[in-house]
Amino acid sequence: MRFDLRRAEFRLTVDVVVPGQGVTALFGRSGCGKTTLLRCVAGLEPSVQGRLRVHGESWQDQAHFVPAHQRPVGYVFQEGQLFPHLSVLGNLLYGYRRIRPERRIVQPDDVTRLLGLEGLLERRIHQISGGQRQRVAMGRALLTSPQVLLMDEPLAALDQISKAEILPYLERLHEELSIPVLYVSHAIDEVSRLADHMLLMEEGKIRAQGPLRDLITRADLPLVHGEQASAVLIGDSLSHLEDEHLSCIHLSGGTLYVPRVSDPNRGQLRVRVLARDVSVARQAPLPSSILNCLECEIVEIVDDPHPGHCLLKLKLGEQHLLSRITRRSRQQLALEAGDTVWASVKGVALT
Amino acid sequence: MPSEWISPHDLAALWLTLKLAAVTTVVLLILGTPLALWLARTKSRFKLAIESVVALPLVLPPTVLGFYLLMLLGSQGPIQALGGPALAFTFTGLVIGSVFYSLPFVVQPLQNAFAGIERGTLEAAACLRAGPWDRFCSVMLPLSQRGFLTAITLGFAHTLGEFGVVLMIGGNIPGETQVVSIAIYDHVEAVDYASAHVLSGLLLALSFLMLFALYTINGRIKMVLP
Repeated sequence: MRFDLRRAEFRLTVDVVVPGQGVTALFGRSGCGKTTLLRCVAGLEPSVQGRLRVHGESWQDQAHFVPAHQRPVGYVFQEGQLFPHLSVLGNLLYGYRRIRPERRIVQPDDVTRLLGLEGLLERRIHQISGGQRQRVAMGRALLTSPQVLLMDEPLAALDQISKAEILPYLERLHEELSIPVLYVSHAIDEVSRLADHMLLMEEGKIRAQGPLRDLITRADLPLVHGEQASAVLIGDSLSHLEDEHLSCIHLSGGTLYVPRVSDPNRGQLRVRVLARDVSVARQAPLPSSILNCLECEIVEIVDDPHPGHCLLKLKLGEQHLLSRITRRSRQQLALEAGDTVWASVKGVALT
Repeated sequence: MPSEWISPHDLAALWLTLKLAAVTTVVLLILGTPLALWLARTKSRFKLAIESVVALPLVLPPTVLGFYLLMLLGSQGPIQALGGPALAFTFTGLVIGSVFYSLPFVVQPLQNAFAGIERGTLEAAACLRAGPWDRFCSVMLPLSQRGFLTAITLGFAHTLGEFGVVLMIGGNIPGETQVVSIAIYDHVEAVDYASAHVLSGLLLALSFLMLFALYTINGRIKMVLP
């Protein structure tokens, strides 16, 4: 896709190829143009110049512009934008009824089950909670059997409880339906949990793009700074120590122990480790209560915006970890790139 | 028999008034809906000027409106000069006058109703494969029910009470252009208070009933559509 949009004090210039599968996060600060880019894909910005091809089909070029209602996209708005004059079921079926029967791949029963909407179908929109509304908005978009699902910060307007309620549904969508998703967000925790691929946007331009795991640990990008800096590791397999109530996540560079988890129903085991939860030691640790201690190699050392801290990028097998330590520790241990260290991981979130 | 308490002459005026109000309301819905839609959505610099023109009948004496229409539609007017039909002193002329006269009562409620519908709601409908006409029928119409009901009632009721414009361009031809309000005026002039009472009472009751029904129904819709 290639777009060029000019507004009074804003210009969006984007020329990018997005993978045709998995979840691609459009990530950046508020006002960087993420939502505008998503609206361009949906055809909601008719004034935009540019070209857009999706799965080899042209939706927009110099000569023609496919209007929004003819593009096979599902759009989930930040505020839901449900129809207040229709029931939950009426909202769900609004798009479904407008799709030719032979093109209806996603069926209402599957969507209501997947999104847990069974008991709500007869309710009116003002009788359901914010989290439920967003689930209806997702279901309604899915029922058009879209070729691309566009999600504009679907969790931003929700409180923490509703977010926690919705995230598992989003993950299930990801696992059970093979519809590619463009997911706009400015919350790195959401993105780390859901996305496979990432477009990092700044001031209407793409700053960087690539697989999520690579991008969030790239030392030259702002993502490695701040409290939420983290790495995502993909585990190869999961086993359990039943009498100790622990689960072991086996990775290419070692094993991580976490409190007993149930087998996730998806293929991928995804672990998020915050940089502030990783400390390093020169030698293999003495026997201690810390369970997770992995041998890694320092790839890179960069400054942190906090003057007392620096950030280590560690190589663990074929994957990367981040560790934020104090400058003082770095000096005392005389750490340099290329050194081998033992990383103690205090917190692991299996997502 | 109604003729015992209302003369055939007055009955014809009443019938004509109802017919005029009904035709005017239908014409206004057909013309007013696109106009209201445009006014609710446009960012054009002509918007304020058009809005003012639409609102003019609210403040202008009906005789002024009637006078200009008479000039336009009358035997010396430009329409006849260009070979058009003679419209003054005909039912069609009355409809044209009433359409102008009741325009704000139809356009303003519709415009408010359309403006109250969020752009995002319509964009959501577009992303669910609804084309422009489909969006209008399946989202805008149901969400502006109250606006339409108000527009229809006010347009109809306001036309019922029309006097000045009709007098100017319709005259007072019984059975053709004589409406109830003018018939009442004639009865009072002729000191026939009994007939004036009957017609006035009818008009009063009819107007009250229509407004009462409007407020009742609007209250019900409000409960369903908060």
